[in-house]
Amino acid sequence: MQNLLSLITFLPLIGAVVLLVFLRGDDEDAQNNAKLLALFTTTATFLLSLFVLFGFDPSDTGFQFVEETAWIGGLTYKLGVDGISVLFVMLTTFLMPITIGACWTVKERVKEYMVAFLILETFMLGVFVALDLVLFYVFFEGSLIPMFLIIGIWGGKDRIYAAFKFFLYTFFGSVFMLVAMIAMYMDAGTTDIPTLLTHQFSSEPVRILGLTVMGGAQLLLFLAFFASFAVKMPMWPVHTWLPDAHVQAPTAGSVILAAILLKMGGYGFLRFSVPMFPVATDMMQDFVFLLSVIAVIYTSLVALMQEDMKKLIAYSSVAHMGFVTMGIFAANQQGIDGAIFQMISHGFISGALFLIVGVIYDRMHTRDIAAYGGLVLRMPVYALVFMLFTMANVGLPGTSGFVGEFLTLAGAFQVSTWAAFGAAIGVILSAGYALWLYRRVVFGDLIKESLRSISDMDRREKALFAPLVAATLILGVYPALVLDVIGPTVAALIENYELALAEAGVRLAQN
Amino acid sequence: MTTIILFAPLVGALLCGFGWRFFGERPAQIIATALLFVSMILSWIVFFTFDPAGPTTVTLFRWIESGTLAADWAVRLDTLTAIMLVVITTVSAFVHLYSFGYMEHDENWKQGEVYKPRFFAYLSLFTFAMLMLVTADNLVQLFFGWEGVGLASYLLIGFYYRKASANNAAIKAFVMNRVGDFGFVLAIVAIYFMVDSVRFEDIFAAAPGLADQTMTFLWREWNAVEVISVLLFIGAMGKSAQLFLHTWLPDAMEGPTPVSALIHAATMVTAGVFLVCRMSPILEWAPSALAFITYIGALTAFFAATIGLVQTDIKRVIAWSTCSQLGFMFAAAGVGAYPVAMFHLFTHAWFKALLFLGAGSVIHAMHHEQDMRNYGGLRDKIPYTFWGMVVGTLAITGVGIPLTHYGFAGFLSKDAVIESVWAGGTTAAGLAFWLLLAAAVMTAFYSWRLIFLTFFGEPRGDKHTHDHAHESPLSMLIPLGVLGLGALFSGMLWYGSFFGDGYQEFFGASVFFRPENTVIHDAHYAPAWVVVSPFIAMIIGFLVALWFYILNPALPGQIARNQEVLYNFLLNRWYFDELYDRLFVRPALWLGTTLWKGGDGRTIDGFLNGVAMGVVPYFTRLAGRAQSGYLFHYAFAMFLGLVVLIVVLAIAGNR
Repeated sequence: MQNLLSLITFLPLIGAVVLLVFLRGDDEDAQNNAKLLALFTTTATFLLSLFVLFGFDPSDTGFQFVEETAWIGGLTYKLGVDGISVLFVMLTTFLMPITIGACWTVKERVKEYMVAFLILETFMLGVFVALDLVLFYVFFEGSLIPMFLIIGIWGGKDRIYAAFKFFLYTFFGSVFMLVAMIAMYMDAGTTDIPTLLTHQFSSEPVRILGLTVMGGAQLLLFLAFFASFAVKMPMWPVHTWLPDAHVQAPTAGSVILAAILLKMGGYGFLRFSVPMFPVATDMMQDFVFLLSVIAVIYTSLVALMQEDMKKLIAYSSVAHMGFVTMGIFAANQQGIDGAIFQMISHGFISGALFLIVGVIYDRMHTRDIAAYGGLVLRMPVYALVFMLFTMANVGLPGTSGFVGEFLTLAGAFQVSTWAAFGAAIGVILSAGYALWLYRRVVFGDLIKESLRSISDMDRREKALFAPLVAATLILGVYPALVLDVIGPTVAALIENYELALAEAGVRLAQN
Repeated sequence: MTTIILFAPLVGALLCGFGWRFFGERPAQIIATALLFVSMILSWIVFFTFDPAGPTTVTLFRWIESGTLAADWAVRLDTLTAIMLVVITTVSAFVHLYSFGYMEHDENWKQGEVYKPRFFAYLSLFTFAMLMLVTADNLVQLFFGWEGVGLASYLLIGFYYRKASANNAAIKAFVMNRVGDFGFVLAIVAIYFMVDSVRFEDIFAAAPGLADQTMTFLWREWNAVEVISVLLFIGAMGKSAQLFLHTWLPDAMEGPTPVSALIHAATMVTAGVFLVCRMSPILEWAPSALAFITYIGALTAFFAATIGLVQTDIKRVIAWSTCSQLGFMFAAAGVGAYPVAMFHLFTHAWFKALLFLGAGSVIHAMHHEQDMRNYGGLRDKIPYTFWGMVVGTLAITGVGIPLTHYGFAGFLSKDAVIESVWAGGTTAAGLAFWLLLAAAVMTAFYSWRLIFLTFFGEPRGDKHTHDHAHESPLSMLIPLGVLGLGALFSGMLWYGSFFGDGYQEFFGASVFFRPENTVIHDAHYAPAWVVVSPFIAMIIGFLVALWFYILNPALPGQIARNQEVLYNFLLNRWYFDELYDRLFVRPALWLGTTLWKGGDGRTIDGFLNGVAMGVVPYFTRLAGRAQSGYLFHYAFAMFLGLVVLIVVLAIAGNR
């Protein structure tokens, strides 16, 4: 199959079009059909993506499953995956059917809701497989639109504010990226990402407005991309859109937002920033470490005080992404391996945690921590699942949460003991906020009258969690499933990175 | 065989925790217990048959592999492991058995609530994690076990999840342990950084070379081994409740008593001691870190004992005693007498588990009354428990025949500790020697105080409870008997292996001594006054307790009134909890609120979309006036924008 990646990427879009064109009416049957079709499409996409996973050769560090066609104008349509992106594709296709399953209780505008998610899936997959700058940008920006609608239409009370905040923050960041992309095109004469990866952008100092910019063009380009990816991750201090967006987003929207959309930032760093602007990356390392450590400690402390469950988990996400940025910018095998692993693992864990909030929100229509307590007495299965993911979030060895955290720490320690020291404090704080949340919601006596008749998870909900539980535990015990796939590509990335740094060092010495 | 020992408890935990719905509550408990007895029997076989010459390692499968960092799931067997195997599985098996009786009718649960399979599953899960810890062949797997026991401890301390106090204690234990883990994790990554491996074999081989290297840690260069050793010990301090990271252990008594016996006395809390002994090839090259360990150990032994003097809750007295005894072990390890630390760990497991299970039997008899002020005169009502407790007390206080090797377990091991510390020769050891002797006096005092208050004198407190006090069932008495045998004989039986002439052969390559380290040899030549000193300390403590609680029972109250400040200082555990609350907990909460409202709210949001841009509120108002369906228009505009962008780029690209 030569067009496998295209097929996977656009299958959800086809599903969306079919829904839009053929499905009429808004009665219960139509709603069910919309959900079933979406579920079918996303499941088919997942099954198809398995061919990519099993056909992928980890020892080949280049791009695989490459497709290339001329597109409108002089642009090229080019797709492909390598060791860094292939698992993000898998993460997306794996989580989408679960997300659709989480929408089952939605009652309004069901068809449009499903269409939004299907289009979103196409855009997300596109981001991870695009091998052309313009194509990447279109997918990257395009993914904003369905998410904007999901928050703005199906969200909570302050959804409009949250939707605009989400949109404007992320859009603002990516304006700079667009400018940088144009500059890159002017410099390299191509928008082809594999070619750009081998292109050396100048790191000679330049003078702008009388100021000498060390790192030159690389640094400027780096900063432009950084603006976009840092907001997306999100890194401190441009993270404040995330808690608002999460709180207002519907459950399924939160799942996708935390599990996949955030990872676009980390993916961007690995696809563009580190390999294309190595000198700038090296210059900015300490700065990113500082922001990462602040993110870990600051947001963990803030998470401690949250009264809204979703907000707490959102802040916890920011803290976990701090480990990711720290790992990426450590720019060594353990750091980047750990960062990718952490992103994948966080996809399962944060997705599951938002679903966990969704389960009780569906029943009680509140996310107030204070409204709960003693759920274990009525919902033992729920309590067990919640416990598992709480521990995974805390980074308990044996769950996938540990591997990424540990590897990023190991990576960062080799570069900066301060960074590792600071981030390790987060290990203490995460235990604090996660267990305290669990204790307030699940433990204690069940004294609130409203909770007396709350029911445990039903079969649909159990089915949603089963794959996430399995993924978290399997990757915790046998992380080689991920590390083997990404290892060689990451090794090659680092090799090129260090080579580029060495060359730049030589040039600098000659001047 | 070790693999079976390792996984039988896991199988038991899963079958019991998830399977009880299929084959019933009681069969589930029996399965878990039976599997542990299998583990126990195999462990003893291993203990008597293993080859101490070198470690045997079975690699199960790969775990974390990233570049040169490789940690496998493996089972490593050497002397240290073998000792821990018998301790863990034996105490665990009998605690399982004991729990049949103890957990039979628990008033914390309502009619129809199923709690027993969960309890047994947690116990078995704990055992599995602890076994993973001691059979690890690399630091990361050890950390897996380390955190696994932490999880099980958390779940079991908070077992009565209705009770706020239990929940708080559980979180406190987990978070305090995480403070230690903070050091431990940094130690692991520091070792990886320096040695390029996390496997014990590689680390141990590289240790001598490491002693001459420096590494940058935070603001300056340090000796690599010293930094690593101190970080490792911080981990050990958390797990083993040493001074400054100790406050969770007394609170952990919120858990059911069998848990206290298994986890918070015999096994988990000794993991720190095990870690220090396991890492002896590193520590041997770090004299400053060893001195630090000696100080902390001795101070903990002393400090915890002072608190134990005045506590009234029977379990808390034993908990502080555990804390103190762990200090003894660390003091021994700190002077380089690792086998002696392991010896005390080994004997302590039996007599401390015995004391806890005995206390549990008393509590069981007294309808969950734990305050010793409401006990008294129970000797005749629960005679077996009484004798069990007395054996435990004779063991912990170190009763034996001076200048011979005949005595209760604690007599041999504690004396070995004190002799080794005396032989340590460093400043730290010199101070530690006296602190430990003082602790030994207090140990004898509070241990006998417990016996006298509980079993002697007139019955105090609720008369009804006393009238109905009854001896515990056989399932609880058998474990008392078996552990009693351990408390009686384990010291005499294994004195030679751990501390006598055979220690080198017995420990083989599992602990490392630098050629200069002759502490155990020197300890054998300790002068008679040193050898007799702990015995005298024990006699003093016993006599004072006898005077205070049998001969002149009014005296303690008078002293408490006369020395009110000191009494309250001890009663309130040196005010550590209050201090930490002011120093860490409240500032963290305050900081959280401040950063949230002030940082995120006013500063960041205020700056980015308020003052500087005003954009988000503007758009929101704009859209807010319209219906939310209006959002589609915005989305459509965005879409159009994207299309225009592509066209522009396409034209530009076509130039």
